[in-house]
Amino acid sequence: MRNVKSVSFIIATAALLAACKSPAPVAEPTVVERTPTAAPVADSRDIRPVETATVDPLNDPKGVLANRSVYFDFDSYVVREDGKPVVANHSQYLNQNKGRKILIQGNTDDRGGSEYNLALGQKRAEAVRRAMATQGVAEGQMEAVSLGEEKPKATGSGEAAWAENRRADIVYQ
Amino acid sequence: MKKLHYLLFSATLLIGSAANAQLQVEIAGVGSNQIPVAVAAFADEAMAPEQISAIVRADLERSGVFKVINAGQAISDSASVDAGSWKARGADALVVGSVQKQPDGRFAVRYKLYDTVKGSQLSQLGNEVQPRFTRLQAHRIADDVYEKLTGTRGIFSTRIAYVKENRAGRDYVLAVADADGENEIVAAHGREPIISPSWSPDGGKVAYVSFEDRKPVIYMQDLVTGKRRVIANEKGSNSAPTWSPDGSKLAIALSKSGNYQVYIVNADGSGLRRLSNSSGIDTEPRFSADGQTIYFTSDRSGGPQIYKMSVSGGNATRVTFNGNYNISPRLSPDGKTLAWISQRDGGFSLYAKDLASGQELRLADGASEPSFSPNGKYIMYANKAGGRVALAVVSTDGRVKQRLTTKAGNIREPSWGPFMK
Repeated sequence: MRNVKSVSFIIATAALLAACKSPAPVAEPTVVERTPTAAPVADSRDIRPVETATVDPLNDPKGVLANRSVYFDFDSYVVREDGKPVVANHSQYLNQNKGRKILIQGNTDDRGGSEYNLALGQKRAEAVRRAMATQGVAEGQMEAVSLGEEKPKATGSGEAAWAENRRADIVYQ
Repeated sequence: MKKLHYLLFSATLLIGSAANAQLQVEIAGVGSNQIPVAVAAFADEAMAPEQISAIVRADLERSGVFKVINAGQAISDSASVDAGSWKARGADALVVGSVQKQPDGRFAVRYKLYDTVKGSQLSQLGNEVQPRFTRLQAHRIADDVYEKLTGTRGIFSTRIAYVKENRAGRDYVLAVADADGENEIVAAHGREPIISPSWSPDGGKVAYVSFEDRKPVIYMQDLVTGKRRVIANEKGSNSAPTWSPDGSKLAIALSKSGNYQVYIVNADGSGLRRLSNSSGIDTEPRFSADGQTIYFTSDRSGGPQIYKMSVSGGNATRVTFNGNYNISPRLSPDGKTLAWISQRDGGFSLYAKDLASGQELRLADGASEPSFSPNGKYIMYANKAGGRVALAVVSTDGRVKQRLTTKAGNIREPSWGPFMK
């Protein structure tokens, strides 16, 4: 069982190999090959070193960056305590990866008018955008937009569904 | 008693003929002081693809203004009419007509309207139309009857745009149909939401918001050519397009500065200029009938309320005061009435207010996204009931209600198109 686990870990690691310094899309892992500067003649005892890539923490399903949703209270447009770590973690990642850009998509429940809900969703996305800006994330890395009531994560009505839809999602581009 | 049975039977027939329709009309109430009108079958109308007299009858009945009497016989426009006998049968007016197939395949549709009280002819029309326009011709005849008997232009030949959505199947359609919901045509179709369609005043274009680019972007589509153009795709969200009465500009809402603010832009997408200036939400702009004032929704006082400002921007004046949630302002074509959505006692209701007197009238419950008919006599809105959203129509006096339903999915975001030639 342990073997199976470690094999699958190796497979997962291999699948997630990414260049350590390149901001290239994570979906296309690359292996950086370093050619020794002075290797005029290849000998059977020569060793050509390969640098292993680190896993982009963005792709770690168990890492803190896997949580990309910030929830809001009813009729509220302020980032809650439970949303602050989400904002902080992604801000840190974006500050370390200046080439990455995100869409912050604000959502609402389906009560009320569609255009006003779009504006309320925007207000939630803006709250997350401002919170990330105060943590140093460049404006050029973020775009706050709204999906309003149009793309609910939870369908149906009732407080559980409504609460699930009072949300802003961080979407990496 | 025999007569009553016949009337009931004919009503059933009418409902039966509408069963294949995309939208079904239910009349929930009738107006008072209805004008009794007898509508005869048109001579030889069976040869046309649509039964003209049935469409005329359905239009007039749906308006709530008329009590339609089935004449029970075909009467041609060329026949001599005994006005007195129709008056004796309770009809104040009589509609007769004929259909004739022309050698070129078109249909000649003729109609006459008689005043049975005065015994005189009130109106007549004669047009040769392609087979696919026989339904439109019937609506035009109903428009003429409505106008001659009420003094107000009819809206039966106008069209509506709306969004049909199947969220589970990720299927979104911007559709255009006759004002009665028949003759539906798909104008745009895709896998992402579409909202806020708005007809151009000439009826040739529709501006709308599509989410196909993972965020709301405003497009304008030429309905005849199918060509689309981006009107606004600024950083952030772009939505709530509405046309100026002369068709030269659009008022829109953009979040490029943070929260939504109201902007104005030329109809070709150039000349973008900010109109409103608040730290909160300003959205849902609508032009007044004279194009000089913009009404909009703002949460600058806390909850959403309706405000107005000059079309050149500047200070805003608050318009709504009752209730904590007032959104979606719509101005009647004559500029005298404001319709909007207000949340009172939990539910969302359609209200209308006479701008001169300030008198408010509650027109319908479970309502959103209202749209005035071009003659100002009706308001179409999205009606949420039983977990589904359908379109409904209410007369601006609140007396007549209709609901247009489909078998599956939601129908919402109605926009009533303008009068067209």
